[in-house]
Amino acid sequence: MTGMMGVVNLDAEYDFLQELTYFRCGAAVPFAGRYRLIDFTLSNMSNAGIQEIAVFTRNKYRSLMDHLGTGAEWDLDRKRGGLFILPPDWNDPSDVSKGDLQHYHNNRDFFSRGNPQYICISGSQFISNISVREAFRHHLQTEADVTLITKTFPVLENEHNHCLKVEHDEQGWVSAFTNDKINPAVFSGMYIIGKKLFLDLVEECISRGKTSLFQDGIKDNLSRLHVQTYHHSGYSSVINSLESYYKHNMRLLDSENYRKLFFTDQLIYTKVKDEPPAKYNSHIEVKNSLIANGCVIKGEVENSILFRGVKVDSGASIKNSIIMQRCHIEEGAVLEDVIIDKDVRVSKNRTLIGAKEQPYAIAKRSSI
Amino acid sequence: MKKECVGMLLAGGEGKRLGLLTKDMAKPGVYFGGKYRIIDFTLSNCANSGIDTVGVLTQYAPLALNRHLGIGQPWDMDRSDGGTSILPPYRVKDGGDWYCGTADAIFQNLHFLDQYNPEFVLVISGDHIYKMNYSAMLDFHKETGAEASISVIEVPWEETSRFGIMNTNNHLAITDFEEKPAIAKNNLASMGIYIFNWSVLRQYLIQDASNPASSHDFGKDIIPAMLEDNRKLFAFPYRGYWKDVGTIQSYWEANMDLLDDDSCLRLDDPHWRIYTVNPNQPPHYIGPEATVRGSLINEGCQVFGNIKRSILFYGVETKMGSCITDSVIMPKVKVGKDVILERAIVKEDTILPDGCVIKPEADEKLIVIDKETSFENFTYVKQL
Repeated sequence: MTGMMGVVNLDAEYDFLQELTYFRCGAAVPFAGRYRLIDFTLSNMSNAGIQEIAVFTRNKYRSLMDHLGTGAEWDLDRKRGGLFILPPDWNDPSDVSKGDLQHYHNNRDFFSRGNPQYICISGSQFISNISVREAFRHHLQTEADVTLITKTFPVLENEHNHCLKVEHDEQGWVSAFTNDKINPAVFSGMYIIGKKLFLDLVEECISRGKTSLFQDGIKDNLSRLHVQTYHHSGYSSVINSLESYYKHNMRLLDSENYRKLFFTDQLIYTKVKDEPPAKYNSHIEVKNSLIANGCVIKGEVENSILFRGVKVDSGASIKNSIIMQRCHIEEGAVLEDVIIDKDVRVSKNRTLIGAKEQPYAIAKRSSI
Repeated sequence: MKKECVGMLLAGGEGKRLGLLTKDMAKPGVYFGGKYRIIDFTLSNCANSGIDTVGVLTQYAPLALNRHLGIGQPWDMDRSDGGTSILPPYRVKDGGDWYCGTADAIFQNLHFLDQYNPEFVLVISGDHIYKMNYSAMLDFHKETGAEASISVIEVPWEETSRFGIMNTNNHLAITDFEEKPAIAKNNLASMGIYIFNWSVLRQYLIQDASNPASSHDFGKDIIPAMLEDNRKLFAFPYRGYWKDVGTIQSYWEANMDLLDDDSCLRLDDPHWRIYTVNPNQPPHYIGPEATVRGSLINEGCQVFGNIKRSILFYGVETKMGSCITDSVIMPKVKVGKDVILERAIVKEDTILPDGCVIKPEADEKLIVIDKETSFENFTYVKQL
C-alpha cells in the first residue's frame, strides 16, 4: 500500500478565540488540560503511519513552533521525511498564486520529494481520535478521487454553522456541498486526495487566479470529481469560537466523552513537560474535574480543567473554569465560569465570575 | 572523545529484600513516586549535573529497564558523543562472566571508560532516592585534591549500626571506614556515591580483580585498600533527602514521604526535574462522587472512589465506593467497586474484583499484590 503525506493547513483558519489567540494561532490554543488543538490532527496522522507532514502557517506561529519543536513527540523526528513547519517566506517575483494556494505552490518541493502517492490534508479545528488508516483504506477501495472525512452530529450546534455539510447517496458519493442548517453530515476539514490530481488542481486553480484549493479546486469541480465520504463514528467536536471552545472542554468532564476521546487504541501526543504527578493536600475538595500533572491543589476545584503546573492555594475556589498552564490562584480567590490563559496570577481574595454562555477570558501572563 | 567525568551507574542489583516488587524486575526498574522508576532519580541527577556520559551496568532481569532507558532521550542523553550506554555482562574469546560485585562490574568495563579517558569517574547506584548536584561534589573533589571522594550523610546516632560509617578529621579527610559498627565514632554514613580519579581507580580495580579473596565490592574492598595505602580520601557532606529503598518498608515510606504537605523531596522544582519516559496519557479525571486527600495522582487515572494518602501511577481506574488508604498503586491497575485497600502496594496491571478487602494482617505491616495474586482468600465486603 503506498502511503500518504500529511498537510496541516492553518492558512484557511481564522484566529477565532479572542484573548486566547492574541499571541498565538488557533492551532496552538491549549485544550483539554494538556494539549494544543493541533495535537489531535498531528497524532491522528502520525498514528496512521504518515511520516511526512507539512504544517502551513502564516501568522503568530512562534508559539506553534515552540510547541512542535522537532516533532519528536509525534514520532516525526525522522531521517526520511518528518515534520516540516512551513511559514511563508517566498521571494519568487513570478509567483501569481493567492490564498492557501500560495502555500501549495511555493512548497511544491515538499510534495515532489515525498514518495507517497496520496495526500491527507486537514485543518486543526476538528477534535477527534480517528483512524485515518481506515479512511485511507476506504479511499482506495472506492477508488475515489477525493475522500472527505465527515461526522454526523445528531444535533447541530452553533459551531457547525461555519462548517460545510455534504449531501451524498447511499454509497457515500457526494452530490452537493451545502451550508444548510439541518443537514447533519458535517465535513471535518480533513480529506484524502491522490498526489497527481492534487498537483493538477493546484496548477489549474492558480492559472485561473483562484485563492482556495478546497473551495475552488474541489468544491467547485464536484461535477467532474468522484468525491467519497468516510464517516467517523467516534467522539469528536468542532472548535471554531470561544463558545465552542469552552463548551467542548467542559464536555470532557463527562467521563463517557473523556473515555471516548482518549482511551481508544491510539494515543494523542503532545509536548512533554516532565511535571510530577498532581499533588493533593490533605484538606481539599476536588469534584468532577480534569487535572494535569504538576498541579498542586490546596483549595477547592469543581467542574473545572486544570492544565499542567497550576497551583491552587488554600481557601481558593475554582468552579466551571479552565485554568491554563502554570497559573497561580492565590489564597481565597474565587473563580467561576472563567478561562484563564497561561502564567496568570490571580491574587489573594480576588473574585472573577463570568457567565456560562459567555465565559470571562483572561489573556496570557496577566496579573489580577 | 575525552570527557572530564563519566558516570557509572550500577543497576544490576536484584534487590532480594523487595520480594514481589523485584520478582521480574531489577531494583532500579521498580516504579516509584507515581510516575518514575527508581533509576530516574540518579539518571536525572546526572543530567541536571551536566554529566552527559553514563554507563548503566545491568545484569538482573533487565528487559523492562532496557526498554525504559532506550536511547536515553528522556534524560537528554541521546548524544552522539557520550549519552547513556547500557553495559550488560558479556562473553569474549577467553571466557567472560557475570558481574560478581560492584567493583568487578566496573573492572569488566575498563575499555568502556578508557574510550573516554576521563579525569574522574562518578560511581553511583540506581537504587537510592535523592536529588544531588554531582558537579558540586566534583568541585569539592578537585578543591580538596582528593583521589577519591565519598558522599556522606549524617544519620541518627542510634541507626549508625546499619550503615557504612566514615570517620574523618576536621578537614573531612577520611581516616577510617567502618562497615556497620556496633559502637560508632561518627555518624557520617556513606551514601554509595563515589568520585575517583580514574587513573587511581583503574589501578585499584586491576589489583582487586587479581585478588581471589576479594568480594569485589567498592565499600568492602576498594575503599579499605585505598585507606590502607594512605590515599587521599575525602567525605563530601550532603544535606537533604536521601533514602535507600532496599526493603518493602523503606520503599513504602519513601513513597509516603512524598505525600506530606511540605515534603522534603520536592518533585516540582523546575530547576531540578526528575525525568522519565512519558506514557502520553490525558489529564486524570476526578469523578463527581470521588474524594481525594493528601495524595499524588498521575495522568490517565480515572478516580471515582476515595483516595487518602496514596499514590496512583498512570492509567489507574478506581470505581465508586472503593477506598484506598496509605497505598501505592502502580500503572493500569483496575480497582473494582467497594474495594478496600489499606497499606497495600499493588503492582501494575492487577485487577481487583468488586468488594475485595485487602489489608495487612497486622496494622504495622504492608501487603504486596500483583496480577498473579489469587483473590479467593481475601475477604469481601458483603454485597447488599
